[in-house]
Amino acid sequence: MTLTRFVSKNAFRNKRRSILTILSIGGSLLLLTFLITIWRSFYDSKPSEESAQRLIVRHKVSLVFNLPSYYRQKIQAIPHVKEVVNEQWFGGQYMDDKPEHYFAQFGTDPQELFRVYSEFKIPADQLAAWQHDRAGAVVDVGLANKFHWKVGDRLNITGKIFPVNLELTIRGVFTPPDPTQSMYFNKDYIDEGFPKLKGSEGFFAVLADAPDSVPGVAEAVDEEFRNADRPTKTESEHAFQLGFIGMLGNIKAFIMSICLAVVFTILLVSANTMAMSIRERTREVAVLKTLGFTRNSILALFIGEAVSLAVVGGFIGSMLCYFIVTGMAAQGGYFTGMKVTPITIAAALLIAAVVGFASSFIPSYHAAKVNIVDGLRHIG
Amino acid sequence: MAIPLSYNVRNLRLRKSLTVMTALGIALTVATAVFIMALLAGLGRAFATTGDPLNVLMLRKGSDSELAAGGVSRDAMQVLKDLPGVAKNSKGEPLVSGEDILIVVMARKGGTGETNVTTRFLTPLGIEMRPKIHLTAGRWFTPGQREVVVSSSINRRFEHANIGDSVHIGKGDWPIVGIFDGSGTAHDSEIWGDINQLVTDFERTVYSSVLVRANDPVAALALKNRANDDQRLELNGLLEPDYYASQTKSGAPIKIVGWIVAFIMAVGSCFAAANTMYAAVAYRGREIATLRVIGFSRPSILTSFMLESLLLSLLGAALGILLMLPFNGMTTGTQNQVTFSEVVFSLQMTPVVVMSAIIFALFMGVVGGFAPAWHASRRDILSALRD
Repeated sequence: MTLTRFVSKNAFRNKRRSILTILSIGGSLLLLTFLITIWRSFYDSKPSEESAQRLIVRHKVSLVFNLPSYYRQKIQAIPHVKEVVNEQWFGGQYMDDKPEHYFAQFGTDPQELFRVYSEFKIPADQLAAWQHDRAGAVVDVGLANKFHWKVGDRLNITGKIFPVNLELTIRGVFTPPDPTQSMYFNKDYIDEGFPKLKGSEGFFAVLADAPDSVPGVAEAVDEEFRNADRPTKTESEHAFQLGFIGMLGNIKAFIMSICLAVVFTILLVSANTMAMSIRERTREVAVLKTLGFTRNSILALFIGEAVSLAVVGGFIGSMLCYFIVTGMAAQGGYFTGMKVTPITIAAALLIAAVVGFASSFIPSYHAAKVNIVDGLRHIG
Repeated sequence: MAIPLSYNVRNLRLRKSLTVMTALGIALTVATAVFIMALLAGLGRAFATTGDPLNVLMLRKGSDSELAAGGVSRDAMQVLKDLPGVAKNSKGEPLVSGEDILIVVMARKGGTGETNVTTRFLTPLGIEMRPKIHLTAGRWFTPGQREVVVSSSINRRFEHANIGDSVHIGKGDWPIVGIFDGSGTAHDSEIWGDINQLVTDFERTVYSSVLVRANDPVAALALKNRANDDQRLELNGLLEPDYYASQTKSGAPIKIVGWIVAFIMAVGSCFAAANTMYAAVAYRGREIATLRVIGFSRPSILTSFMLESLLLSLLGAALGILLMLPFNGMTTGTQNQVTFSEVVFSLQMTPVVVMSAIIFALFMGVVGGFAPAWHASRRDILSALRD
């Protein structure tokens, strides 16, 4: 009998206990994988190649203040700037105020939008149709699937920020690399209903000629408007998105503290199980020692058992999380675009292994140290 | 006949380390649930305590947020002042306050990023209409000056938010001259300044909102309906408590993630509790058989082990609640989904939260303890005695 076989035999000698332990650790690891996934999608996501080339220009004080429309020409003239498009957050309501009916709506310039967002795929005829219809809209393919929209459908959006109700016709469906949950329409439509907005824009999206020129462009734009009536703040698209996550509150501390609680729970569960199973085997350890097993190999036996239980639990938990997150991401809503990557699973398994090791070390150490005669005499 | 509870207490004490470790596992789960419930309770309280039932908030028709574009015209405000049922102060002025909302970006302390802060511009009359708010340091802003006062939570949570610092709004710097206490209301997340100075700086022609104080609750309802029905005014009148209550939906992300977390942790803890109880049953095989021989019935053994599991989970609940007590009252912030700016609130371990936590723990005890207790009560006496 090899050492590994011995470990696996022992790990399942009390099947019920092992299964309960594995399930308990699995539940915790599911949660841990889930939290790591959220964390990574917030803070660790690499911007796509095109996104790394884009910048967002907004009012220096806050996004709620608008910028004059003529800034667009001035930004266009800055070296290394390829394309500029204006965008205005509309924040309207579709159907009712239920969160599942919520999506982003932007008023923009149909002539320019897809030059800046060059990775968004849209059929040429649909784009042309949108550009010719002032009351037309284009929608994200994910959004279209969710609401079962097709080209030609009419949408009514009630204005919440602006006193304008939009009656739009879907002219196109675009396919971005990552879900955006967005709809774009001609900003002139808002201007007609709310003339005060004419001549000003919410923000500008800028496409630089290369990712390397992004910092230079950001500086140049802000320098251009430093002494203007409405100074700007320019940052990469990625930084801009991170800023939004920051507003949700101290998510980092929130996730970290829950992760800590979870890890500690696994530690307790695993230590508990190992303490129980080792205590039962005090006499057995003494027998093993009599047979000539060294202290170190006994230590290795127990630790191996704990680590394998934890890793099996971790594997089940993280795989379960993988399926749950994949399912939820397909549903849209808060979890759009989230995925559990192999690295996340590897991290979860590593944590499980480390916790398994830490939890078994002390009880195994005591077991390995026990005096043979005392051990044989032990009644369990 | 029932087995005395002291039997279970002694058993739990006998296997001290096992008991403590299981209870700690439950405690951590309970602590997480308490944390989430306390966050939501605090957020709910911030909004629930803000509105005064006598105050009616007037917004532009079709809008449900003070931050929306467009607003209440000056003419409409004049009409409101003369409506019947509007309360007057000691000087005989009608209690009608035209207000404006702006958003400024401020840096949180400790380098955790920037966030939007609601800045409310109003007149001393507007301050008078919110008797819960009082000054704790410095003085109120002087009308006609670029001066602001900040809430004590803003003062604590943000960089450069002390008396003597200044906030850049529009054309100039507005020095901070005072700190007020919002008494746990949504105004705890705000900066207040003088509206007349803002109108001069920004050439604003309309108010974001107008707050009207009624003589009594009936008059408040009448004012609300009057404003909604009058086509000329183009207003959306809301009772102030209703307006703030609708903003509690800002807690939705915390709620969703929180409940997923608490649920999964609870599942894990149930398994752990089951494990411990199975061990307790296994160790005591002969003991249980003896109890049966003495004459204790199967149901009383089932009850006894269920009670032991419940005791274990109660211990866990107590530890979990103790663990969270130091965090009670801690302030934090999240984004208000109506005004897109930070709402500051504090963790509130209300009696409801504590009771829910205990029920949550007991539930884990029941789920985790039932199978082992059932198992214990069903064991064959003879084979158990021979073990």
